[in-house]
Amino acid sequence: MMPLTPPSATPRLQRPEVQRVFYPALVAVLLLGLWQGLVVALEIPPFLVPSPLQVAQVMVADAGLLFGALVTTLKITLLAFVCATVLGVLIAFTFVQSRLVETALFPYAVLLQVTPIVAIAPLIIIWFKDPTLSLVMCATIVALFPVIANTTLGLRSVNPGLLSYFKLSRATRLQTLLRLRIPSALPYFFGGLRISSGLALIGAVVAEFVAGTGGTGTGLAYQILQAGYQLNIPRMFAALVLITLTGVLLFALMAMLSKWALGGWHESEVGHD
Amino acid sequence: MADPAVAAVDILSAAKTYPNGTRALDPVSLTIREGEFVTLLGPSGCGKSTLLKMVAGLLGPSDGRIVLWGQPVEQVEAAGHRLSFVFQEATLMPWARVRANVRLPLDLAGEPRAAADARVADALRQVGLDKFSTSLPRELSGGMQMRVSIARGLVTRPDLLLMDEPFGALDEITRNRLDSDLLALWQAKQLTVVFVTHSIYEAVYLSTRVVVMAARPGRVVDQVAIDEPYPRDASFRVSTAFSAYAKRLQDSLLRASAVNDDTALA
Repeated sequence: MMPLTPPSATPRLQRPEVQRVFYPALVAVLLLGLWQGLVVALEIPPFLVPSPLQVAQVMVADAGLLFGALVTTLKITLLAFVCATVLGVLIAFTFVQSRLVETALFPYAVLLQVTPIVAIAPLIIIWFKDPTLSLVMCATIVALFPVIANTTLGLRSVNPGLLSYFKLSRATRLQTLLRLRIPSALPYFFGGLRISSGLALIGAVVAEFVAGTGGTGTGLAYQILQAGYQLNIPRMFAALVLITLTGVLLFALMAMLSKWALGGWHESEVGHD
Repeated sequence: MADPAVAAVDILSAAKTYPNGTRALDPVSLTIREGEFVTLLGPSGCGKSTLLKMVAGLLGPSDGRIVLWGQPVEQVEAAGHRLSFVFQEATLMPWARVRANVRLPLDLAGEPRAAADARVADALRQVGLDKFSTSLPRELSGGMQMRVSIARGLVTRPDLLLMDEPFGALDEITRNRLDSDLLALWQAKQLTVVFVTHSIYEAVYLSTRVVVMAARPGRVVDQVAIDEPYPRDASFRVSTAFSAYAKRLQDSLLRASAVNDDTALA
């Protein structure tokens, strides 16, 4: 368990936490350099492939526009993520109450998952006039399933020995739920959240794409569409970069949350040294 | 206090047949008196764990019945008795610290926190883990985890302790030490213990009486009283008396399986 040498004695580059940042960053710098070099050397026009520098310039020049759009997309994403988490957990709790309920309802959860959101988004947007509400609904549908599936699995994945112990101690159903089922489900639940956070963003962007031309959306997807029409490819790239960074950030946040909640005890979060 | 005249456990021709027709246990009748240390010894599939789980009320007998101090298991607590069950694995909550794991039965019973904490500290002292109350289970060795599990069993102050191969997964040296510690606790607390094992040596070392069981179908084939004084120390393990008892139990087990093989051939 204990490292053989204290951390301060290992060279900085051999520390895993430094490596985890350093090597991906190195790859990024190399790729960006290659990209910049190729674009300049081959004299590729910006409306085909802009150079990283041009993208950065547009990011600064159109900062107000782009970050305003980012806030809109982020709002939809976070609202959908919260809705998916709350709904998913409630549905999972309903499922574990009885096998019959799960058997009866699970196919419909799958149905929700396999129906392409692009196909139902126009309907939802027509039915619900409020643009925020309809976009959040679309993104929630996309993000919902992993929370349901993982939380249900987690609530059922209780150590049988511990379950016997609770039964033997004449624990009530509520005590078993609070003290045993919920803690046992947490690692699975956080796994579901990690997947769902990314899906909420994808759902928000896809829904904006479908709704965007209607003139209601001002999110990042709308900016990409607009930039496409205007052949403003550097701005398109800038919007794309923002979406990607948001996704990475959400994933990292979920990973941190999971580590904070499970850090001490669960195999998935315990450091291997 | 333990009174040898009082029957703690009365197994009245209890049998277990599963709905699919598997005979896990042929009818068994057995009386265990207060203060006894009875070991159920047998190969896997002999129904020793099944019998123990029926005593605990985790399984219902398909025939016959089992009473504890004359009461069905559900009414034992109302009659002022307590039983604890220690599983083959430590079955600790991995997210909870040692003291929270030991406090679990008190929490489930709605015991006030301050009184519960004092009893938890007491139980951890008894198993020699008072310095580890804030550790997580994964930070402890297998033997220490088992001690936590025993502390959790003791914290409710049971008078009947049911143990299902509690040290089966441990190395021999650790197991021997835990066996001695268990005997000391049994004597100090005047417990009644029903202990399941497949180790002849563990059975001889621990028990006042060994119940020998055989498989296919599960049944009791022999009972051997180990008339040796307590406290028993390491020298007992290498004494001639110990070997004689071990041989007696081994013969008994071999005879039972020989009968089985004959019927299989016939």
